[in-house]
Amino acid sequence: MPNKEDIALMSHLMRRAGFGATRDEVERLAEQGYEETVEQLINPTAPPVDEFLLWRYHPITEVPGGAADPGQANWLYQMVNTERPLEEKLALFWHHVFATGNAKVDNCNHLLEQIQIFRDIGMGNYRNLLVEIAKNPAMIFWLDNNENHRNAPNENWGRELLELFSLGVGNYTEKDVFECSRAFTGWTIGAKMPRFPYGRFPWTFEYRPEDHDFTEKTFLGHTGNFNGEDIIDIVVQQPACSKFIARHLYNFFVADEPQVPAWNIEEPRDPEAVETLRETFVSSGLEIKPVLRTMFNSDFFKESTYQKVKSPVEVVVGTLGLTGDLAGPDPRLEGMGKEPGYMGQAILDPPSVEGWHTGKEWINSGSLVKRVNFVADRVSNTELPGVKSIIKRVAESNGSAMTAEALVDQCLDLMGPIEMGEHTRRELLSHAESEGSISWATEEDYARSSRRVGDMLALIAATREYQFG
Amino acid sequence: MTTNGNSKPPVLVVLQLTGGNDYFNTVIPYTDGNYYDSRPSLQIPQDRVLKLNDELGLHPAMAPLKDKFEQGGMAIIHGVGYANSPRSHFRSMDIWHTCEPDTVGTEGWLARAIRDIDPESENPITAVNIGQGLPRALVARGVSVASVADLSTYGLLTSIEEEAQRTRMLERFANMYGPALGTGPVMEYLGQTGLDALKGADILKTAPDTYSSSVEYGASPIARSLRDVATIHTADLGTRIFYTQHGSFDTHAAQATTHAQLWTDVSEAITDFWDDLREQDADENVVMFLFSEFGRRVRDNGSGTDHGAAGVCFAIGPKVKGGWYSEYPETRAEALEQGDLVPNQDFRGVYSTILNDWMKLDAKPIVNGQFEAPQFIKTNGA
Repeated sequence: MPNKEDIALMSHLMRRAGFGATRDEVERLAEQGYEETVEQLINPTAPPVDEFLLWRYHPITEVPGGAADPGQANWLYQMVNTERPLEEKLALFWHHVFATGNAKVDNCNHLLEQIQIFRDIGMGNYRNLLVEIAKNPAMIFWLDNNENHRNAPNENWGRELLELFSLGVGNYTEKDVFECSRAFTGWTIGAKMPRFPYGRFPWTFEYRPEDHDFTEKTFLGHTGNFNGEDIIDIVVQQPACSKFIARHLYNFFVADEPQVPAWNIEEPRDPEAVETLRETFVSSGLEIKPVLRTMFNSDFFKESTYQKVKSPVEVVVGTLGLTGDLAGPDPRLEGMGKEPGYMGQAILDPPSVEGWHTGKEWINSGSLVKRVNFVADRVSNTELPGVKSIIKRVAESNGSAMTAEALVDQCLDLMGPIEMGEHTRRELLSHAESEGSISWATEEDYARSSRRVGDMLALIAATREYQFG
Repeated sequence: MTTNGNSKPPVLVVLQLTGGNDYFNTVIPYTDGNYYDSRPSLQIPQDRVLKLNDELGLHPAMAPLKDKFEQGGMAIIHGVGYANSPRSHFRSMDIWHTCEPDTVGTEGWLARAIRDIDPESENPITAVNIGQGLPRALVARGVSVASVADLSTYGLLTSIEEEAQRTRMLERFANMYGPALGTGPVMEYLGQTGLDALKGADILKTAPDTYSSSVEYGASPIARSLRDVATIHTADLGTRIFYTQHGSFDTHAAQATTHAQLWTDVSEAITDFWDDLREQDADENVVMFLFSEFGRRVRDNGSGTDHGAAGVCFAIGPKVKGGWYSEYPETRAEALEQGDLVPNQDFRGVYSTILNDWMKLDAKPIVNGQFEAPQFIKTNGA
């Protein structure tokens, strides 16, 4: 049997490298071993989510359209039901970085296509990923590269490629932005067909040499007749680039950093850790997988439990997983896709190309009410399979009777395990004590005690500590 | 900010007509041949139009609003929009919400207003959204807005059914979020935020207790939402901005019945709301503003109308200088852009009037510039 520390560590890994796991699964994985599990996450062999099932029960989540909600439901379904959790979590990571929004793109199916790129090659070579994203129709439209012409360059994509997708502010000049933009002239989407009367036509990438600026460019100290891929080759060789991506990975998977726009002013909280990731990234030839392996096996990762404020997506998907709510097709799916948005993270519709501000900025009094209620609604529902299984474990942990303290400890263990500050723990304990000792002896006792477990889980969900993951 | 006596601070109620309201069939140019020519299937016969003057009238479902107009308490602002309408719901709504037609904006215009009204976030319910989630207009970093799907069930830990148990748990919540020194800035921030959330919920919870009214609202969702607005407003809790919405006005098909029903519900709910406020002597410091993300195509499609450009806005309240503002866009085929009415009043100018003249804020940094602002708010003493 894995010991307590193994369980805690495996839970941590699964929260960060996925969206959490049930205790049964954590025990199985801990038994199998930590490094082995990291390998499995990085090289998943389980089949991808069966999209035909989605087609069948939720056809609206698969058809072209302008509204964001069906696409959000589609992605939520994949996050909840995936057996390749790191692949899905990494797709969310890249969505944070390459934040593309339906508010402008207005073609949610094309956003899903972009997310699929993240799934397919997000763990592979970063240079290739940049090239694919540069050719992605949703991105081209989002950052106006279809308006970037030989005779009239538009700098939107060129600037964000450098500022937000690779180097960070302060690592290029305005001239570099202009030259970079010129190199991407002619990278556009195929003729946009009018939507009416036949509906939406898919966008495709199109390179138009006649609209490409073939004159010489000087970019980051290099001079030549550069096209877009040449620019990307130069960009990824910059030390600023590897540091930027390493810091992004650290911020998303390890611990909350300051907001991205401050990165050229504020140093990382753990410069050594970021440097370790950066070195792996560079020495592997810009492969993501080795960086993930180094990261998850590092001490700084293992010591980072509860150092990050959970994102709304992590709250929603994690809670659905923990409680076994909404597994598989479900009439409520299409509404559920909007839940992260109610808490401030509308997936496929970030507020801008800068993506979301993370960490403590996820929380304000409005979003906190939504977060607490979303989790409490479910963990206090003693009919949900995941909650039933928690109750069963609590009931079996200590014979037929248990102290208030044991109840609190069991609940904290099964909700994480998560450690509470002394102050919070005292409140949880007083609450449990005010209701006396717990018995599981008779059927009536069991029902009453189940209720108490549900309420205790809800109270734990309401704590400050539980906002971290 | 004082909330007592006769100097109550101004309150704004925004009602969003989601989906693109058909301007052409809302304010109808009933003497214009172009109207009848381009609306073979959806024209309202002249004798059914609720005539407001020699040229224009309202949709027959809007009788209560006709009364408002005739009593001088409603401004109709023509041709509102912005150049190069993308005719996309999402993009257009975004533009209206952020005042950024050319780039993707990150901050809502009302969120910026809230920041000016309550810079220290002293009142967690300075702004209240009645509905699910938060419209982008109310979103900005550091700005808290209460979002209430249903006032009667709003609060924390609402799934705990037994009331006494829930009360006990909320007491624990308050204790847990209370000052915990030495736990770091993020935990301290969370502590304060949790207490704010609880305070907001506690304040809002009191509203229904103090509310009593002889007005019986209809059963439509917008009637329920406006009743919640009235309940919170009359409780005098310091809320300055209310936001709610109704729809969908996206009438591509079967517009005749849908559009009539939508305006019946909206008009009746608005009338009930104002009757309620009047009865409780709480109407003098309120202005209501209605907008939609765009108007619809001039020519109907046989059953409905497709996405268009220029739309119409309404401002209602005792302090509104009733009447017409801006001009009805030209309806001649040659004057249309891609078959749509061309906006001649920038929406940011309309916002500017609300912000400058009503909310007494500096509109320029909120709407990102200076725009021609129709003067539909009564000047002091008028």
